[in-house]
This record gives sequence, C-alpha cells and structure tokens, in this order.
Amino acid sequence: MIRLIGIAVGLVFSFVALLAFVFGAYAAATDPAEPTAEHEFHLAPRPLHLASDGPFGKWDLQQLQRGYQVYKEVCSACHSLKHVAFRDLAQLGYTEAEVKAAAAEWTVPGIDPNTGETTTRPGTPTDYFPSPYPNDIAARAANNNASPPDLSLITKARHDGGRYVHALITGYRDPATFEVDGKALKMEFPDFETPTGLYFNPYFPNLNIAMPPPLTTDGQVTYADGTKATIEQMSTDVAAFLTWTAEPTLVKRRQTGWPVLGFLIFATGLAWFAKKNVWAAKPKQTETV
Amino acid sequence: MSFPWARHYEPKAPLMRYLDEKLPLPRLVYNAVGGGYPVPRNLNYMWNFGVLAGFCLVLQIVTGVILAMHYAANAGVAFDSIEHIMRDVNWGWLIRYAHANGAAFFFAVIYLHIFRGFFYGSYKAPREMVWLLGVVIFLLLMATGFMGYVLPWGQMSFWGAKVITGLFGAIPLVGEPIQIWLLGGFAPDNAALNRFFSLHYLLPFVIAGVVILHIWALHIPGSSNPTGVEVKSESDTVPFHPYYTAKDGFGLGVFLILYFLVVFFLPNSLGHPDNYIPANPLSTPALIVPEWYFWPFYAILRAFTTDFILPAKLWGVLAMFASILVWFFLPWLDKSPVRSGHYRPLFRKFFYILVVDVLVLGYCGGSHAEEPYLMISQLATAYYFLHFLVILPIVSMIERPEPLPFSITEAVLGEDKQAALGESGQPAVSGSAN
Ligand code: HEC
Ligand code: HEM
Repeated sequence: MIRLIGIAVGLVFSFVALLAFVFGAYAAATDPAEPTAEHEFHLAPRPLHLASDGPFGKWDLQQLQRGYQVYKEVCSACHSLKHVAFRDLAQLGYTEAEVKAAAAEWTVPGIDPNTGETTTRPGTPTDYFPSPYPNDIAARAANNNASPPDLSLITKARHDGGRYVHALITGYRDPATFEVDGKALKMEFPDFETPTGLYFNPYFPNLNIAMPPPLTTDGQVTYADGTKATIEQMSTDVAAFLTWTAEPTLVKRRQTGWPVLGFLIFATGLAWFAKKNVWAAKPKQTETV
Repeated sequence: MSFPWARHYEPKAPLMRYLDEKLPLPRLVYNAVGGGYPVPRNLNYMWNFGVLAGFCLVLQIVTGVILAMHYAANAGVAFDSIEHIMRDVNWGWLIRYAHANGAAFFFAVIYLHIFRGFFYGSYKAPREMVWLLGVVIFLLLMATGFMGYVLPWGQMSFWGAKVITGLFGAIPLVGEPIQIWLLGGFAPDNAALNRFFSLHYLLPFVIAGVVILHIWALHIPGSSNPTGVEVKSESDTVPFHPYYTAKDGFGLGVFLILYFLVVFFLPNSLGHPDNYIPANPLSTPALIVPEWYFWPFYAILRAFTTDFILPAKLWGVLAMFASILVWFFLPWLDKSPVRSGHYRPLFRKFFYILVVDVLVLGYCGGSHAEEPYLMISQLATAYYFLHFLVILPIVSMIERPEPLPFSITEAVLGEDKQAALGESGQPAVSGSAN
C-alpha cells in the first residue's frame, strides 16, 4: 500500500517537474535569452601578483605602507575604512610615535568636553578611520546617488579580491572604441550608453560605475620611500593594502597552519601504525566455532 | 541488549568499583564504545562517518559557545561584532573559521554517512528506528545550519533568510500570516535575528539528544556491515575497543588534516563573498544562493517553474520538503531482503545514477536560475523522485540478488566452520531480514 502511494506521489512530482522542463525547453527554443552587453563585454580581472599570495605568502610591509599612502591621499576622499583603527598601522612597521603622528593627521568626530556639543578633533591611535561623509545620504548626494562602499573588507567581499580592485581602478576605457576579441561594443550594442555621471569600466559588473577614475596620472602621490608612483604601482600597492585591511591576521593564520598540519600528519601516521598493530593482533583464523 | 558473548565490565581498581556501584557511567561507556560492544569485524571506512559526525557536533558546540561569548545578536551591530571577533578577539579568527568550515565539514560527513546508508541498505529492518532518528537529526542539522548562516547579518544572510522564510508564504491562505509570525515582522530584521540566534544555540543540544537515541537504537541490533549479513556468532565480531577505536582514530586524523587545511589556508573558499557585505534590504544581490550543502535541495525548489493546478512556487516548496521526507519511508519502499548493494546488481546501477543525479542537482542549485541550469535541474528533479518512489520499489521486486556469503566470518576468511558443520544459520538477534 505504502509503495503504491509512493509510486503515485513520485509520478506526480516527476510529471510536474517534466512539465516545467517542457515549457522551459519550449521557451528557450522559441525565445532565446537576449545577449546583454553586461554579459558579453564584462572582463575578468587581470592577473596580479602580491607578496601575500600563496600558502607561504608574507606581507611586503614597504608595499603596505605605500598602499596606505594611496588610500590616505586618494581613496579616503570618498571611502571609509571603519573596521581598521589607527593603532593597527603599527602592524605595517610604523613605530609608536609614527602611529600617533599618523592618527593625528586625521580629523575624527568628537565631543567638546565643556559644552557637550559635537565637534571634531585630531585622531588618536585608538580611533577608527573616519568616514568622509556624515551619513549615507550625504555620500549618495555627492556621488551620483551611489554610496562609496567601506573598503575595510572589500577584497573579501568581491570575487578575486585584490585582483579585482587592482583591475577595477585601472580599468576605465572609452566605450566608443572598446573591443573584446575583435568585437566592438558599439557595433554589437549600438544602444549601449554610459549615462552622464557614470564611467565606463568593463571590470564592473554592469559596466557603468559611479566612481570617477581615482588614479589618473603617474606621480599622483609622492611615495615616502622614493618608489616611482606609476598608475600600475599605485593600484598594486593599494590592492595590497586593502588585502591587509580585509584580514590583518592572514599571514599569521597560515604561519599557524603549518605546524598544526605537520603535527596532524605525524599524529595520523602514528594512528595508522597503531591501527595496523591492533588489527594485526586479530588472529586471521578464529579458533572458536 | 547485546550479543551473548559481549564482554562484561569488571572494574578492578577500588575507585572504579565504587563508582560502578554508585553511578555506573564507566560501565555505560564500556558497553557503548568500549570492549563490551561487539562490532562486525568487516566494517570498511564508510563506517567511520558516524563517529566523525559525533566529533563534528562536539566541535561545533565548543567553537559555537566561544563565538557566542563575543557575538552580539542585534541587527545594528551583528556584522561588526563578527569583525570584532576576527580582528580583536584573541584567536577569534581561528574560532570563527573553525566554526564556519566546521559546519561545511559536518554536512560533508553527514552526506557520506547517509549515502553509506543508501548503498548498504542500513535503513532496513532491524535498523529502521536508527534510520528514522538519523533523518530527524539531518532535518535539525539543516535548520541549525540555515539559522547559523543568518547570524553574521551579511547580504547573503539577509537575503537567504528572506528567500527561505518567504517559502512559507507559498502555503495557501495561512502562508503570509505564518511567515510574518515566524519572522516577527514583514521582512527579516532584529526580531528574526534574535530568535534565530536563540534557536541556533538551542538546536545543537536537541541534536545531541537525538544522537543519543540514534546510538541507543543502533546498539540494539548492533551495526550492520558491508555484506549486510547479520552477525551470527562471536567469530563475526570484534570488540569495539581497541579495534574500532583504533580505526576511528586514524579516520579522525585524516579528517582533521583536510579540515585544518581548509581552516588555515582556504577558509573563505566555501563561503560567498557577498556575506562580507553588511545586510542591505534595499540592494538585492545578483545571485542569492545558500551554502553549498543546501544546493541540491535549492535546485529542486527552483525547478518548478510551471503552474499546474497549484502555483509553481508551492510545487517547489512541497517538492523540496518531500525530497527529504521520502527518506523516512525508505525502509518500506525498498523491500529487497538483501541489504548490501554489493549483492544487488540492478540496485547498484541505480544507486550510482542517484549519486550523479544529486551532484548535478547540487551544481545547478549553486548556479543562476537560468537556462540551461533550470532545464537540467528539472530533469534531475524528476529522476530524483522517480528513483526513490518508483524505481526503488520496483527494483526491489524484480531484482535477482547475487548469492550472499553464509556469514561475516566466511566473507572475511573464505570459510566459516560453523557453516561447514551445518549448524543452523540463526542470526544472533531475531528480527533480521536475512
Ligand atoms: C570621488 C570619489 C571616489 C574616490 C576618490 C574613490 N572612489 Fe571608489 N567608489 C566611489 C563610488 C561612488 C563608488 C560606488 C560605485 C558604484 O556603485 O557605482 C565606488 C566604488 C568602489 C569600489 C567597489 C566597486 C564594486 O564592485 O562595487 C572599489 C573597490 C573602489 N571604489 C575602490 C577605490 C579605490 C581603491 C580608490 C582609491 C584609489 C577609490 N575607490 C577612490 C567613489 C570614489
Ligand atoms: C549529528 C549527526 C549524527 C551523528 C553524530 C551520528 C552518529 C552515528 C554513529 C556514531 C553511528 C555508528 C557508526 C556508523 O555506523 O557509522 C551511526 C550509525 C548510523 N547512522 Fe548516524 N549520526 C548522525 C546523523 C545521521 C543521519 C542524518 C542519518 C540518516 C539520515 C544517520 C543514519 C545512520 C544509520 C542508518 C546508522 C546505522 C548504520 C549501520 O549500523 O550500518 N545518521 N550514526
């Protein structure tokens, strides 16, 4: 009885699923999905190699310091970094005094100790990086109704992390001449337009981003360590810095992992021999009947 | 109950004898996972996953309790409190990655455990109750995993919660009130987050309780084995300790190597980057997908795209729940007297098709709901239901199984003197099918 009911229920579900298949197949055959520019002309990030890549990767502290400088002098005009505190900069190799000085270069919201009114004050190491805008509405108002996301976690919040950031900020193109595999965007999609206030960027999912090209000229920042500030250099450095902000414990994590794995492989080897030993004691032929 | 030849606990040390008189806990352990529990001597490594599942449960409870010390279940600060754990709490990143990936490994282990059951017919008499309790554990585990994923309150947390609670809205008439009642509002918000945290903390202990019943029920007939032939005599078994403690110990080592490889080197590879974006009710992610371990069921949910008497959405919801509930009926759908797939040539072929079918469903469930994935998941869904509800009952009626060994001993050693002597092949425990 239960099997008859079962067979009936099974047939019903299968039938409805197959019905959906038939309708779906018919629709797909008669009315194939229109190709879209976002699909055909979106680019995967360009390769990028950072010192922190791979299971043995380490931070390149010089590079992180340069990346911090790019963030401070360029990106911080629009993007906050709210999960990072000034004290964290000590991990980039700055001394205590340098961290204090770096924090003091920033203005953070404060409260007047006498009147209780909100004011601003210089940052201290325990403060977190401030947001350039008082609130989200102000951020949108200043950026064509798009809110610049907080960058602390950006490399973990996008596929391909640092590579994506690097490709994005250097990836602005002219839509009029943009080609992929010899196919021109304007030929394939004559109606494609980049609305005013948006910028064409094939690395961004819908190809039009509200962020103006942040890095426009070589030498836009003057690196304290004398490195030549090409656009490629600045974008790589800031991608490295944002990889660090997303997970300052990244390198420590892997360094912890190696001894743990080593110990486990050793212990599992012992467990293997222990198991062999125990089972060897099991007589191949049993005496009892 | 156990086999007549099971060893008895005989404490020698005065302290243990005293304890045995007052609170015979060591005796319980001895009889459950010690020398007092005779186990078939021929179990293969597929029998390791029960113990591993138990380990995962303990791991999740330990790491979870520590996380709860630092986590704040408030929609305003939940996301930030996770980052606080990752950055400021000593070894917080390790605890969090261990818990998040622990859930994934728990599911991987459970799936292997369940498919072991499918192949070796572990669900059949006399172990139906073990199986039923197992399916209950799985349902509880799914609920726990789902609610846990909501807690970080990222984009995928929020939209996942919205989609899954939205399923209740498909129920005719009462659907919408039920959905609002479950969420404590019209959309997931602080009320939902708080109750999910409360339940996420509670359910693992409920699971622990059902696991105890599961193992209790298992210890009545004892474990099955790869031949599916019931234990007949002492030479078929070995004591759990040291034989299977040693084997499980090695299995645990292999598990931990793989687990820590992911925890330390690829901790975000199983998750979705969108969950590092704070929840935003105004911005829908391009792709809303649950964690990988729900993908096969998610594919079944989305496969129903055509209204037929009932709305398509309701079909999807019914089918998704039915796809797990059918497991409850397995002992009565598959009536073949032979348990193990080793001796069932036709069943075995369909078993492997099912494995491929579920993998295909999983792949489609993780993809965009567009062609060709929808068409593939529709075919795979149809096969899934045919497999359990139509093919399995029919195969068990028409199939001619291959000859079974007389006993486990014969299967292992090539001969069993008992069989040669012509002694009755009565199983040591009554009520078995073979
Ligand atoms: C003039 C303001 C401005 C500056 C300066 C700026 N950005 Fe942006 N950025 C934006 C805005 C606005 C968006 C949101 C774009 C959108 O959603 O269309 C954005 C978005 C982004 C995104 C996210 C893109 C996505 O996938 O959603 C990244 C990454 C980013 N910016 C990196 C940077 C970096 C790195 C710098 C410094 C080199 C920088 N930005 C400088 C305004 C700015
Ligand atoms: C928290 C989750 C679970 C734990 C801790 C757990 C634990 C165990 C343990 C320790 C065993 C004995 C060892 C073995 O045979 O592998 C076992 C057996 C079994 N489990 Fe589970 N289990 C869990 C979930 C499930 C689920 C979800 C199912 C099925 C839907 C299931 C079905 C079975 C069956 C049928 C057996 C008996 C197998 C046999 O004797 O051959 N279990 N379980």
